[in-house]
Amino acid sequence: MKKKKWAATLAVSVAIAMASALGAGVAAAKGAPAPANASSRGDFGPPQGEPIHAILTSPPNVPAALNRKFPAKVIVELEVIEKEMPISEGVTYTFWTFGGTVPGSFIRIRQGDTVEFHLKNNPNSKMPHNIDLHGVTGPGGGAASSFTAPGHESQFTFKALNQGLYVYHCATAPVGMHVGNGMYGLLLVEPPEGLSPVDHEYYVMQGDFYTTGKYREKGHQPFNMENAIDEKPTYVLFNGAEGALTGDKALTAKTNESVRMFVGNGGPNLVSSFHVIGEIFDKVRYEGGTHEQENVQTTLIPAGGAVMVEFHTQVPGSYILVDHSIFRAFNKGALAILKVDGPEDKSIYSGKEVDAVYLGDRSAPNLAAVTEAAKAAQSGTLTLEDQVKAGGALFNGTCSVCHQPTGAGLPNVFPPLAKSDYLAADPKRAIGILLHGLTGKVIVNGSEFNSVMPPMNQLNDDEVANILTYVLNSWGNPGGRISAEDVSKVRAAPAPAAAAAKPEH
Amino acid sequence: MLRAATAVLCMAAFTLPAAAADYVTVPGGSYSSVLPPDGKFAPAVVAAFRLRTLPVTNGEFLDFVRANPQWARFRIASLFADGQYLSHWAGPLSLGGAGRNQPVTHVSWFAAEAYCESEQARLPTWYEFEYAAASDESHADARGDEAWREHILDWYSRPSTTALPDVGSTPKNFYGVYDMHGLIWEWVGDYAGLMISGDNRDQGDPDLLKFCGAGALSTQDRENYAILMRVAMLSALKAADTTANLGFRCAKGATGDGS
Repeated sequence: MKKKKWAATLAVSVAIAMASALGAGVAAAKGAPAPANASSRGDFGPPQGEPIHAILTSPPNVPAALNRKFPAKVIVELEVIEKEMPISEGVTYTFWTFGGTVPGSFIRIRQGDTVEFHLKNNPNSKMPHNIDLHGVTGPGGGAASSFTAPGHESQFTFKALNQGLYVYHCATAPVGMHVGNGMYGLLLVEPPEGLSPVDHEYYVMQGDFYTTGKYREKGHQPFNMENAIDEKPTYVLFNGAEGALTGDKALTAKTNESVRMFVGNGGPNLVSSFHVIGEIFDKVRYEGGTHEQENVQTTLIPAGGAVMVEFHTQVPGSYILVDHSIFRAFNKGALAILKVDGPEDKSIYSGKEVDAVYLGDRSAPNLAAVTEAAKAAQSGTLTLEDQVKAGGALFNGTCSVCHQPTGAGLPNVFPPLAKSDYLAADPKRAIGILLHGLTGKVIVNGSEFNSVMPPMNQLNDDEVANILTYVLNSWGNPGGRISAEDVSKVRAAPAPAAAAAKPEH
Repeated sequence: MLRAATAVLCMAAFTLPAAAADYVTVPGGSYSSVLPPDGKFAPAVVAAFRLRTLPVTNGEFLDFVRANPQWARFRIASLFADGQYLSHWAGPLSLGGAGRNQPVTHVSWFAAEAYCESEQARLPTWYEFEYAAASDESHADARGDEAWREHILDWYSRPSTTALPDVGSTPKNFYGVYDMHGLIWEWVGDYAGLMISGDNRDQGDPDLLKFCGAGALSTQDRENYAILMRVAMLSALKAADTTANLGFRCAKGATGDGS
């Protein structure tokens, strides 16, 4: 009863609030001449000068700023290509692309430009395609005017009335399948004065993919319509493939540089919670619009939407781009890396200063094996079994986050420890890696890795020995034992130069 | 003797190809089309008809062009075919690398219709095609079978960068017809009446319904993407268009004439 009354009061007060808001709006409109709306402000008259052929770029590159002071006629030529490409290591998928890449070519124009758009459909295509550019004012965003059979070309023209960052995509039936196969990209309509200059501009776009086989199931994987309708993606990816922006293909910057990312979300289904681990966005032009939000940790990007984020790099290291719906990052591939090189700034970030053992109540049962092994080591009765048990418990607490509980690692990011030829080649080398860390290129089981493992020198000699003994006796590795004495010798020796963290060039 | 025979043949408007093609009778019936005749739920009704068991091949079409040179590449009126017409052949009257038993592609609707007339036949209607294409090897209507649908979609989702297989390379369906899926796109006689918009998403648009009435895309079975994609492909085309994987087969009335 009480509740009902409250609801009624609320309804009344909402109605009053709405009325007054409307009233205020009317008053404002009466007081001043009606301002032109954003899109009519964007018509700067007929195009001037010679027609310009737009320069399109493949992701993650962005065409240079236009620095043009007048509206022009811009000719855009975009080709639809259906092609098989890797979606993950050892997994291929038939992508339908704008310009041969996923996401499609980046298009950069200026507000007020008149764009003559040519959509070509490669003769080898099986499907008809079209394009809906969210930056177009007109029915379908160009879709009905650009419906193109294989081996044909369509043309239509539009004036870019609104500035902003816009998604474009294919809208041919079945739309979800065309989008799900990678048919999307970004169109930037620069404001007349351009965007503020920055040191780096990058193009990143998220998409969800639906295959018949499971995540990372090898071979060619066809599109699965049922999973797409159920919105259960197999992959969630930045730039169309697992590893598209990691390892050698990671985005790069130096310390003390400004970075702008044009980040889109093609969908077809998921909304992205875009986040860069260890960075705070100084500015976010959310939803690709005109207004700026400042000091943002995670920004939402709707399916069929985009965002411009800017930040300044201060501390060197690897910054991981994720969809913070976090299982997508670690179990479906939504992970990219920005590698920042330069001198450390300890006043901003110290690195680890204190690492002491803290055994809460919960750790007692988990680490019982560790305690037992420590006792056995002291009494000189330590067995291989003790070491493996203790090492397993320590591994799960310290190493499994990156190398995974199965020792499989993460392709292109964290090397595998399972059946590792790198480990087998020189088991004692691993002691130095734990104590001193490892930076730079290594080849493990035929794949190249180029990332940073921090030193694990908080572990004592017993612990290092047990972890390595566990690893050597697990997952098809050759077996063997590492003793605390082995570890102590390596710890006493100076760190080898190659293992010292140093910036790469 | 040979020359005389050729002259005689050329006098006829269209001539029979050397070997008569196989047709089978598809019994009539009614079924739920993705394009219901009333735009809502009414079933499509198909009278019994005869359908070519195989798509027309390069070899058969070459024989037709030899007999009817007005349909040869470079001689055909530009109104009837685009610049890519039969461009996969070595020359206007020679196949070169194009296999005799591969389905003919790069043919326009006009050329396909003319060929069928030479067999005293016509192109099938959309309803005839959709009806006969709904079957798998053992069921007249297999459209509820998810695995079957996925199989069709798998073909659609691969680009055609490799040579086409010969006709008859897919299993015979319920009616004894081959290659209704998994080989090529096929023209239908009334393809121009498939008024789906270039923009698939404006279903229910009042402007569109005004012009297109029942033909506007209002699908009975929104999950039947496999057949929808065929509609989308056909509606992207003009009658003179040709593509690398678009061919045809012919149909006749139940009594065997071209009605």
